[in-house]
Amino acid sequence: MTRRSIYKFRLYVADDTINSSQAIANLHALCKTHLSGRHEIEIVDVFKEPQRAILEGIRMTPTLLRLAPLPIRRIVGTLMDTQRVLETLELDTRV
Amino acid sequence: MKLDHSPPPTVLRKAPSGIAGFDEITGGGLPRGRATLLTGGPGSGKTVFALQYLINGARNYGDPGIFVAFEETSQRIMANAESFDWKLAQLQRRKLLFIDAQPNFEHTQTGDFDLCGMLAGLGLQATQMKARRIVFDALDIVLAFLPDLAARRREIYRLHEWLMDRGLTCIFTLKATVDEPNSITQQPYGFMQFMVDCSVILNHSVVAGVSQRNMRVQKYRGSTFDENESPFVIGDRGFNVAIVRTLGRADVRVTNERVTSGIKRLDTMLGGGYYRAACVLITGFPGTAKTTLSGAFAEAACRRGERTLFVSFDSDGTEVIRNLASVGIRLDRYLKSGLLRMVSARTIVGSAEMSLVRIKAIAAAHRARCLVIDPVSALANSGTDLAAHGVGQRLIDWSKADRITMVCTSLLNEISQHSGTDTPLHISTLADTWIHLSYVVQAGERNRGMSIIKSRGTAHSNQVRELILSNAGVTLADIFTAGGEVLMGTMRWQKESAERVAAEVAEVAGKVKLVTLDAQKAELEVRLKAVQTELIAKQLEKNLLARTTASRKAVMLHGSVRMRELRGGDAPKKHK
Repeated sequence: MTRRSIYKFRLYVADDTINSSQAIANLHALCKTHLSGRHEIEIVDVFKEPQRAILEGIRMTPTLLRLAPLPIRRIVGTLMDTQRVLETLELDTRV
Repeated sequence: MKLDHSPPPTVLRKAPSGIAGFDEITGGGLPRGRATLLTGGPGSGKTVFALQYLINGARNYGDPGIFVAFEETSQRIMANAESFDWKLAQLQRRKLLFIDAQPNFEHTQTGDFDLCGMLAGLGLQATQMKARRIVFDALDIVLAFLPDLAARRREIYRLHEWLMDRGLTCIFTLKATVDEPNSITQQPYGFMQFMVDCSVILNHSVVAGVSQRNMRVQKYRGSTFDENESPFVIGDRGFNVAIVRTLGRADVRVTNERVTSGIKRLDTMLGGGYYRAACVLITGFPGTAKTTLSGAFAEAACRRGERTLFVSFDSDGTEVIRNLASVGIRLDRYLKSGLLRMVSARTIVGSAEMSLVRIKAIAAAHRARCLVIDPVSALANSGTDLAAHGVGQRLIDWSKADRITMVCTSLLNEISQHSGTDTPLHISTLADTWIHLSYVVQAGERNRGMSIIKSRGTAHSNQVRELILSNAGVTLADIFTAGGEVLMGTMRWQKESAERVAAEVAEVAGKVKLVTLDAQKAELEVRLKAVQTELIAKQLEKNLLARTTASRKAVMLHGSVRMRELRGGDAPKKHK
């Protein structure tokens, strides 16, 4: 990976449900392993900010958006299958 | 997830659906603040029902609603709804909100997820618009995305919990093949049947080539309901469910108002005509002028300016009008003015229930006060006997409840001529007035006879009358009975003529006799006068005679004395 671009993530969660807690943990672990020092994570609780859930079309939680680099990628679920997440995010796992 | 349930309200309140027939079946509508499951196969009308429930709620019951579309887009649903007479566009956005919630197949899924995102958004919107009703259309679509059955179950309970917390009256629609209604609980989401408070199954099947839609309330916690399958149709205004008048409903106001049968003499026979809102049954064999009699009623109704519906199962509306015109019943002008609506029910295919529901819908749309069904026995021909059985009762219940005066004709089978009393739908026992038309075959001709078999609440004539059709109209004539035999038609005419001639002869003979007697009397009077005159003459003669005799005696005595005096010769002593 030659380009050292910043990865911007937004994770929509629902309160402290099991799925959401797992997703937060999985995302942090993944970033630490593969994107150390070049990621930003925003966590949105849909119950605290329902207006954003409506406007941004979030129906399932947890939902992860990769806002940068473009194009936007969207992953639904607890992010438990790391390999699948990395493929979707087009991250080079050899780094 | 919160698990504390608030104590159940003491009285179950209901949210009326506003769907014709459904609120009657359920005793008022859906359970308020609870969930109802609507299951049915493809094309069974789930979305239509759910949408109609929301629209009626928003428009008529002050309940704003949300429609969550999982399968079709809201644009498509609204476009489809345009085919109904609902004027969806008029409903403001704040009264009825459509939410597109089609799952995105592009998403990558890893691991478990839930529907909290949607519920969070919905919660805000529901609060903002003060929604009281909500529909989740095609819930199975979104559930299919969840990784396993446990997750689906969890999400359904989450959804249910969320609804209960907010007090929303909800409909879930769910696809199910309901060929065997009992198998529903075996299906993937069968457990939902146990979770919800009310479950309604829609069924669209084909029986003997006839499409049949049925609805059945499978459960309704805390409420009584009609447990049977109820046929329904989806018409211009949406759902229309066939129902029987349930017990406990206030009886229909009865009236003493009379409406004419269209035939003056028949009115007289019935003591003034049919009762308003009565059911009149006209039975007879083919060609006994049943249609004509009902046509006369329709014409009279239109003349009074009452909106009338004429349902013909036998022939086309225009044919009926032409045929009736031949006996002086002119219906075409009322058809033009819109007072009369002709419906050729040959186009209504389906079971008897279906036909009834359609007739009811058309009558309601036409705002009919008078109704003719010609012949009602045709209802029994389609579908199964069982289905046709209750139709008669339902028909009469409905017409009475809506205060529609109804004339039904019914064909009788030639075979049952002797009993001649049983109609296919058993309407004869329920009808208020029953007029029977028959043929009398006599001296090489057929004539129509009419009699009133029964007429509740009215004194009615026991006489059989002859029904005469001519281009001047329909009239009733007395029949002649001679030597215990009924005479009709030409024989009646002959008899009438013979009597007329006999009467003339008798009159002339009487006159002649009178003249003769006058003459005889006059003659006798003359003779009497002559005799009297003669008598007077005789009396005079007698008197005269007496006088003459007396005077002669006197003369004679006086004369002899004088003669002696004159003679003087004889001595007076001769006299001593």
